[in-house]
Amino acid sequence: MDQLRQLEAQSVYIMREAYREFKDLVMLWSIGKDSTVLLWLARKAFFGHVPFPLAHVDTSYKIPAMIEYRDKLALEWNLNMLYGQNTKALKEKKTFPDGAISRIECCTALKSEALKHTLSGEWPRQVLNHTTGQYEEHHNGKPFTGVIVGARADEEGSRSKERYFSPRDKQNDWDVSDQPPELWNQFKTDFAPGTHVRIHPLLDWTELNIWEYIERENIPIIDLYFDQGDGKRYRSLGCYPCTTPVESTAKNVSEIVEELRSGKFSNIAERSGREQDKEDGYGLETLRKDGYM
Amino acid sequence: MNVVVIGHVDHGKSTVIGRLLADTDSLPEGKLEMVKENCRRNARPFEYAFLLDALKDEQAQGITIDSARCFFKSDQREYIIIDAPGHIEFLKNMISGAARAESALLVIDANEGVQENSRRHGYLLSMLGINQIAVGVNKMDLVDYDQKTFENIKEEYSEFLKQVGITPKGFIPISAREGDVIMKASENMPWYDGPAVLEMFDSFEKEASAVDKPLRFPVQDVYKFTANNDDRRIFAGRIETGSLNVGDEVVFLPSQKTSKITSIEGFNTEPATVTKAGESTGVTIETQIYVQRGELMCKADDTQAKIGSQFKVNIFWMGRQPMIKNKRYKLKLAGARTPVWLREIVNVLDASNLTTDSNKQQIERHDVAECILETLKPIGFDLTTEISQTGRFVIIDNYEISGGGVILDTVQEKQSRLEEYVAQREINWERSLITTEDRSARHGQKSSLILISGPAGIGKMPLAKKLEQELFNSGRFVYYLGVSNSLMSLDSDQGERDEYLRRLGEVAHLFNDAGVIIIATISDLDDYELEMIETLNQPNDCLVINMGENRFNQRTVDLQLKEDSDQAEAILTIHQLLMAKLYPDDYMI
Repeated sequence: MDQLRQLEAQSVYIMREAYREFKDLVMLWSIGKDSTVLLWLARKAFFGHVPFPLAHVDTSYKIPAMIEYRDKLALEWNLNMLYGQNTKALKEKKTFPDGAISRIECCTALKSEALKHTLSGEWPRQVLNHTTGQYEEHHNGKPFTGVIVGARADEEGSRSKERYFSPRDKQNDWDVSDQPPELWNQFKTDFAPGTHVRIHPLLDWTELNIWEYIERENIPIIDLYFDQGDGKRYRSLGCYPCTTPVESTAKNVSEIVEELRSGKFSNIAERSGREQDKEDGYGLETLRKDGYM
Repeated sequence: MNVVVIGHVDHGKSTVIGRLLADTDSLPEGKLEMVKENCRRNARPFEYAFLLDALKDEQAQGITIDSARCFFKSDQREYIIIDAPGHIEFLKNMISGAARAESALLVIDANEGVQENSRRHGYLLSMLGINQIAVGVNKMDLVDYDQKTFENIKEEYSEFLKQVGITPKGFIPISAREGDVIMKASENMPWYDGPAVLEMFDSFEKEASAVDKPLRFPVQDVYKFTANNDDRRIFAGRIETGSLNVGDEVVFLPSQKTSKITSIEGFNTEPATVTKAGESTGVTIETQIYVQRGELMCKADDTQAKIGSQFKVNIFWMGRQPMIKNKRYKLKLAGARTPVWLREIVNVLDASNLTTDSNKQQIERHDVAECILETLKPIGFDLTTEISQTGRFVIIDNYEISGGGVILDTVQEKQSRLEEYVAQREINWERSLITTEDRSARHGQKSSLILISGPAGIGKMPLAKKLEQELFNSGRFVYYLGVSNSLMSLDSDQGERDEYLRRLGEVAHLFNDAGVIIIATISDLDDYELEMIETLNQPNDCLVINMGENRFNQRTVDLQLKEDSDQAEAILTIHQLLMAKLYPDDYMI
């Protein structure tokens, strides 16, 4: 087995383990390349089916093409799709750059808070109706106890410390110093009431692995990742106020693979276009402890 | 190649890795500068270890808390390096890191020499089954690159490793801070002519392929997705060892049911006829047998795994509470999950100095113990020396993975916990003046438990109620134990189900002792569960009436009914059975 096959087998194994053990399971789909690969791996694991809902946190600052792409695939692949939003913060304009708050505070409100309350069911969930193609507001949803997330260990320091199955307590806290042991592919699948577990099937994948797999499996990926002719493309997708495209002329998947393997990006961190990481030396760790993915 | 770097706290593991990353040019652009900038801002001298210890808590305390992973390439291949913490508090993190590794670099401080955790980690490596180990004697610059110091440590630690059955691939004198003998030989130590750290890594070999061993396919789950008219019933899981072909005869353990592979399923791939160790796959089988997730699939014509509920193991304990006897824990071995009890402690080892204590009554945190475990139901397993993948397990205590272990040997099965309990129950039972025969004569019946089993949702309950009514109207002393159905429909996990079955066995035993015929229904009852109920109901009889698909394998049922059989007819047949078995007097007349 080559490396991609091994990575695939491990991710599939983890996802099946999650499906076996968690009754209220959800997968986060950010529309980006990583979680789209994750979604593809779910179809691998369950032989073409995706037997749990997919959740998206809509900050309303997502690049519009991302929402179109999300709904197109959701209908095409018959996905149980839902999204949540921090409507209060949006209404009060407590966002960056309009409101007088920092990028990190904006992330906390629009992503972490929205995610936390959408997962817990406290805030309404917008659920896709496949007959009408429209979203319908659902209230009093059941809390999700298992949350599948596309984090990778190579993205950034704090993620390299994650477990495949990583518990969060009632406050959504992540205690880095007291994580469960994981050995021989036995994970923490038992959890006390009120807590939930994040599941990271992509932990061992690198950015290059992701693109190589997209190429091999021919996975449909949103075209924001490709140069549309202006010599720019997104390497990492987020909200438009905080995500800048990189200079690159890679027009398709194989050109991206080449660029990462030996070209200009072979030595530059992927999240270099994400501004919130730079605010203090520990941006993402601070966010992660508070529930950010 | 996954390499774990371990050793006692402060012996310089993270520095070794930081140095490897920097010297092989494996750092993302800007990372080194960023860490240096953070050091400058916080007025601390830069250290290579900071590259890894990227988290706030760690930098504040100056120790590695978790097993961070990082990636780098030599000219020959790619590596995942796992930085495992050396502090005793974080032993479970060290184990998590090491359990993923295929080889290890154990770092010892030349100045401090062999310490408690150098030994403990060495022992745990051997237990985890990692046998490609190199030892880096670090901080040679602090001992003026003295060969004698190096040789002394080499001698002392080799002796220790020998006791735990490890032959190291080599000892390397290094200074990670100065970069000596990391990438290549150093002029500071002309007396050393062995490989440098990176050369040593390149010489580690990939573990021999698991494909050549007998098939072990733990059934992770059984899928029947109905969307888009999918009618496949797929047995999904990852093949641990061996390979599987379409057409192979297979046997599932512990149920010992057999079938034949019809197809190997996949998504977005060409149809396959063979699947091998390491692959997460799925298969369909020829016969409609009921196999539960957690069973172990083996080939019918190859060496099969063992079946048993008691075994001798080596456990290392990481739990906050010690492991004690008579407490119910959960065991996870490959796909199987089952309640488990600690029956006997043979001895407890202090891994930091290899002394044993055979009088300990419990297993404390960080202890390694040889002991006997007993599971509720038999499981399929191997000895760790034969097939390690299905010879190791973890123990869950109060939601947490609290222990890990390997199966050393099978044991002569002693009286099970349940048999022991029933024997004790008999001893403590104050017998009344009325005998079983008296009761039987009074009621004109032999009291018994009538169990109606079969798949869920096929009308067992209405049948049971009707049967009770018929028996009641014909003058029998009978009771339908209706609580079963409400409890069973809870979709309870294994743990609740076995506790429920235990209660049912106890309650049936009381009623039977009082001379009553008890009727109960249970869905998906298997051989081992029935055995448990029968044991608890001793010395009374159990009559098993199965409706629809028969999910027993070894046990023959007393009566088999069709799933759609007419109720009145079914009751008539049951009546005939009871005439023969329970009303001997009537029968005689």
